[in-house]
Amino acid sequence: MKEKYDCIIVGAGPGGTAAAYTLASNGLNVIQLERGEYPGSKNVQGAVLYANSLEKIIPDFRMDAPLERFLAEQRVWIIDKDAYVGTTHRTAALNWDNADRYTILRAPFDRWFSKKAQEAGVLLICETTVLDLIKEKERVVGVRTDREDGELYGEVVILADGVNSMLARKAGFRKEIVAKEVALGVKETIFIPQEILENRFGLVDNQGVAIEMLGAITRGMLGTAFLYTNKESISIGIGCLLADLKKEKIPPFELLESLKNHPAVKPLIVGGEVKEYSAHLIPEGGYHAMPQIYGEGWMIVGDAAMLVNSIHREGSNLAMESGRLAAETVIEIKKKNARFNKMNLVLYKEKLEKSFVLKDLRKYKNFHAVIGKNRHFLTTYPEIMNVSLFSLLQVDGVDKRTKERETIKNILKKRSVSGILQDAIQLWRATR
Amino acid sequence: MIQIEEKLYQNRYRVDEGRPHIKIKNRETCTLCYDKSCTVLCPAGCYRKNETEEVTLITDGCLECGTCQIICMEHKNIQWEYPRGGFGILYKFG
Repeated sequence: MKEKYDCIIVGAGPGGTAAAYTLASNGLNVIQLERGEYPGSKNVQGAVLYANSLEKIIPDFRMDAPLERFLAEQRVWIIDKDAYVGTTHRTAALNWDNADRYTILRAPFDRWFSKKAQEAGVLLICETTVLDLIKEKERVVGVRTDREDGELYGEVVILADGVNSMLARKAGFRKEIVAKEVALGVKETIFIPQEILENRFGLVDNQGVAIEMLGAITRGMLGTAFLYTNKESISIGIGCLLADLKKEKIPPFELLESLKNHPAVKPLIVGGEVKEYSAHLIPEGGYHAMPQIYGEGWMIVGDAAMLVNSIHREGSNLAMESGRLAAETVIEIKKKNARFNKMNLVLYKEKLEKSFVLKDLRKYKNFHAVIGKNRHFLTTYPEIMNVSLFSLLQVDGVDKRTKERETIKNILKKRSVSGILQDAIQLWRATR
Repeated sequence: MIQIEEKLYQNRYRVDEGRPHIKIKNRETCTLCYDKSCTVLCPAGCYRKNETEEVTLITDGCLECGTCQIICMEHKNIQWEYPRGGFGILYKFG
């Protein structure tokens, strides 16, 4: 007779490990399977870590988590071909101990998080790919791995196997992924000596900067780019909707190269040494794309459940939140000595509905569709803003009143008053 | 022209020699495919097309993103599995 675990968790990313940690800390017998050599070895993120969801699991994580920098400054750049208009928010009110967001590198971070879970009692098995779910009639009772005698049995299985979730697709819990529901992101980690990096961005005492960019860099495709400062490196990347990339036939690394060569970006990364190139899909379908996330003996968390708020570049925190809530569901059902059937596991969905995870996804459920149908948000407006400001700021002997009149005339050539009003209303509605 | 090999050179891999985790199901189908999106969109440049419109696949540099399988939806001509446990891309930073 094989050992039967209380819970089997597939995947050791933030979602799986949040679930594993929570379960093991409550005395449950948990086994977690990871296909990589170590947790994090398959994982890619920008990456900004939001403290809140981790804090609920490990309140004193700041003590020893491999955090890179806390974000003291956040910029948004609306980019045109050779210019940008931007906003900057910088505050001295935040410091290492009270900040709500930090830049991280996922490989070391995931490894640390998993170590915490193992200390709490989780049995982690790496270098093991789960091939299939084992079912008895409709009920999931275990998993089959690529190890010899690799069948494992548990009362409940949590799928935390990431955006591609082969398991959920094979089992029919999730339909095949379509190109309009995922973005393809490519990224480089560029190393720069710490002192140069801090001088370049004006950083002291572990302060960090995040720059989000949109506009000409995505060539009209739905997408954004980012630049984050780590301790002694910069994470720079760009992501576009896969359906758009397919339509436009642009190699993703070519977009990344253009971004790196944009006159606004180039001086920030000059002299750096690229030490890694990575790519990953991001589930961007939002609320409408979310699959069934629980059933007879199973639950899905994190990216595998398409839980990403792409508008606010949040994902790994949603993964942690959903992982913790799935674990708490297991704990509650276990306490009642009840079965892990669909009827009882609905509790997980209810918990998610009450949390920020699904509240936020619901808030933005139509955002992508609206932007998708109105590409000029990503092309016309960045151009208008940059060109208008350029002309307004030029001191060239033309009087200000004439300049203003010319600028407005030029704007209205690109987009009519009624068009601008319509856009404003649409955007407002899409974010209500 | 950017050399994708230069980018991939920085990465750490453990290649499962002789056991590619992605396969093209039917080579003929690719020859007839008009778009051959895989040869453009694969972020690791694993797919190449030659003069005779054949598509070749070398998975050694694969970043395991899953793009190729999704964009091949019309023909469903890609058999995509994760590499065996421990093999494939090993991100140092992620």
